[in-house]
Amino acid sequence: MSLLTIQNLSVEFPTRRQLFTAVDKADLSVEPGEIHGLVGESGAGKSTIGAAVMGLLERPGRIASGEIMLKGEQISGLDADAMRGLRGKKISMIFQDPLTSLNPLFTVREQLTETIQAHLDLTPSEAKQRARDLIDRVGIPDPDTRMDQYPHQFSGGMRQRVVIALALCTEPDVIIADEPTTALDVSVQAQILDLIKELARERQVGVILITHDMGVIDDTTDRVTVMYAGKVVESGPTEQVMGNPQHTYTRSLIAAVPRPTIKLHRFPQISYGGRETRFAIEDLASHWPKVENDPDKPLFEIRNLTKRFLQRRGLLPWDRDYFTAVDDVSFDIQAGEVFGIVGESGSGKSTVARMIAGLHPVDDGSVTFDGKLVSDLSDKAALNAYRQDIQMIFQDPFSSLNPRMRVDEIVAEPIRHHRLMEGKAIKKRVDELLDQVGLGSGAGQKYPHEFSGGQRQRISIARALATQPRFLICDEPTSALDVSIQAQILNILKDLQEHLGLTMLFISHDLPVVRQMCDRVAVMKEGKIVELQNTDDLFASPQTSYAKELLDLMPKLDDLSTEGLNAAE
Amino acid sequence: MTQATDTPSTAPKSRFAKFWDSDFAWAFRHSPVAIIAALVVLLLVLAAVFAPLIAPHNPFDPATLNLMNGFTAPGTPNAFTQETFLLGTDDQGRDVFSTILYGLRISLFVGASAVFLAMIIGVILGLVAAYFGGWAETIIMRIADVQLTFPAILVAMLIFGVAKGFTPPEYRDEMAIWVLIVAIALSDWVQFARVVRGAALVEKNKEYVQAARLIGRGSIPIMFRHILPNVLSPVLVIATISLALAIIAEATLSFLGVGAPPTQPSLGTLIRVGQGFLFSGEWWILFFPACTLLGLALSVNLLGDWLRDALNPKLR
Repeated sequence: MSLLTIQNLSVEFPTRRQLFTAVDKADLSVEPGEIHGLVGESGAGKSTIGAAVMGLLERPGRIASGEIMLKGEQISGLDADAMRGLRGKKISMIFQDPLTSLNPLFTVREQLTETIQAHLDLTPSEAKQRARDLIDRVGIPDPDTRMDQYPHQFSGGMRQRVVIALALCTEPDVIIADEPTTALDVSVQAQILDLIKELARERQVGVILITHDMGVIDDTTDRVTVMYAGKVVESGPTEQVMGNPQHTYTRSLIAAVPRPTIKLHRFPQISYGGRETRFAIEDLASHWPKVENDPDKPLFEIRNLTKRFLQRRGLLPWDRDYFTAVDDVSFDIQAGEVFGIVGESGSGKSTVARMIAGLHPVDDGSVTFDGKLVSDLSDKAALNAYRQDIQMIFQDPFSSLNPRMRVDEIVAEPIRHHRLMEGKAIKKRVDELLDQVGLGSGAGQKYPHEFSGGQRQRISIARALATQPRFLICDEPTSALDVSIQAQILNILKDLQEHLGLTMLFISHDLPVVRQMCDRVAVMKEGKIVELQNTDDLFASPQTSYAKELLDLMPKLDDLSTEGLNAAE
Repeated sequence: MTQATDTPSTAPKSRFAKFWDSDFAWAFRHSPVAIIAALVVLLLVLAAVFAPLIAPHNPFDPATLNLMNGFTAPGTPNAFTQETFLLGTDDQGRDVFSTILYGLRISLFVGASAVFLAMIIGVILGLVAAYFGGWAETIIMRIADVQLTFPAILVAMLIFGVAKGFTPPEYRDEMAIWVLIVAIALSDWVQFARVVRGAALVEKNKEYVQAARLIGRGSIPIMFRHILPNVLSPVLVIATISLALAIIAEATLSFLGVGAPPTQPSLGTLIRVGQGFLFSGEWWILFFPACTLLGLALSVNLLGDWLRDALNPKLR
């Protein structure tokens, strides 16, 4: 008998217009000591299954049919009181954001002992001892001191360890981990996943690991269930599903995962669910201005770039405290290349991009574009010309478009501002651009909220292309997107680079993506560039220990099926 | 799990049909309180706008008044003239129903104008404070903080008093209404400034603002084209609730005798006049204007509360 069995589960959300089925007849079972991965794109219903097991479905959601059994006993349909006794005791949960899942007003010990005493019949000193053992077990150094600290005194990774201790403190049978490492850096992510793996074996806990990340699935789970649009499309042992996927959707999903080992010419477009969209790059290339770049001179020369942010205000200069976000960074970007900057959060990679774009003033150092010092561009005409040449694609497709502007207004804004065209020609140009990024010219009449994340990112690209720039800054352009959408957007960017000869600065924390996109890569850590190499050389033989460490932590994805992938020549 | 609920594609709908189908209109149709409040407000606004057509008498025209009609009880014929008045008459024989209609006009006009002015001042100052920060923000927000330490009505009285001192006596009655509007507006802009600043600080850091800066847009277009439309929904809520407060503020000032002059009585002035007769039996002179004020303020307030809930994305 399995530890947790979900049979024929359907979850419905009645809305104003229709009944929305979030989960449709899903089956799933978890054995003791097993990590069961639940993978799918956003909206696939994977988190809803987690919430249904916990009895935490948000109103008006309801379980329409099917049953959830824990050790042979049915737990779906229990009343709120019975569920409360189960939740936290038999089933516990690890959430995505460790900052919000701990109460900032209580020390770690208080939170642990409170949970322990609420569920287990222990004396205060026994509870305290148990809390201390758990803190020690999840790998927090110096448990006696750390226990009496508050959550804000822990780093993100340490906080997630505390959350794991909290989930374990009542000896649960099942733990549901909903994207437990998505908010963490790669180096921390690997440690947390190892810890979850170890603890599941040691304590014979069944874990449902909900994630969108195929790397996490491949490295951590024993079995995997793939979901699409509320339905389970494939389920089986991880090696089998990853190495030899049977369902078309699973195949397309796996083919879209960027690999660190093979550089692809283009991601294969195995579409599922009829989301094929055309990107008409040839039309765009036909009237793109040809700029002759001097092959001997780099397009950008960045010298000793430094940025300090005020950390403590003060009336007097010596009262102020600064945090150096970017520290003496120098590099060149050659015309026509894709230059990558990779680093963990807080490494200063976005700040560099923003300084080059002119969004942050430069504190020290210089940016030279096409032989001209950018800080010297004082008159309006020269500055406007620079701004036309530089455009940026942002990370979050939900905040990078003004929700109150129509899409055609958004794309037309740069054209109008720089007075590149007049009247009817603007409308024609906007329609062309929207058509070229695969949205169809009718898209201009709608508002951004009517589009999905990937479509919004296309609108962002159309806006960036409106001034016919020579240089494109991509700041984590795909990290908020699903993996299949990411593949489409990355293909578009590759096309732009190849057919239009655009130079790009590509910023990412995701090494496999960088591997696919960039010609040269700078690795940043704490505001400094620690290594700068050709991408192939960096992945083959990293020179510095930090780069080595990052590459070691990266999921290798060796056992993923390579069906449909063509390596770049 | 927030997959958009796809509506089946149909022929293009008219603008009204689109609005009627929107979540906003749907929320309205499903809130009895909002519907009743909106009907009351609509009724009172229409009554005020068409007062000259509806009112049986013109209370501002002394020629039509007959002192013999004074103190007529509602619905009963006057002992001397045998004329009947729906809501009775006051001491000078003015029809209470007519004075309420005209008083409503002044109350609504003063309230709406004051809120509009306060909104313009508050929105601009709030946007400037949020967008530029630094000294501009410190100065604007400190003034706002200082002003909040005084009751709004006191600030309005102070401004009203000072302004009155500067107007020549022969224009005082004419100017009173305008001075009243400015006084209430200047006591009320702080709320708008604070709300707009808070919302604009959030919007300012969103990537679409950075995209606009990257294009090269200047501060003014970014503030008004990009940020302003995105902070308007809380402003709308505050404006509605402020309207009720402004109407009450006007009534309070007029009640205290520093607002609308007796020649152009607002609801507050009518209540001040009426309260002298409350205990001598002529209750209707106070009661009906007071009820109108209560109904108006309550309805506008309820409408504001509903608007706040309907525009709150968390509850949607």
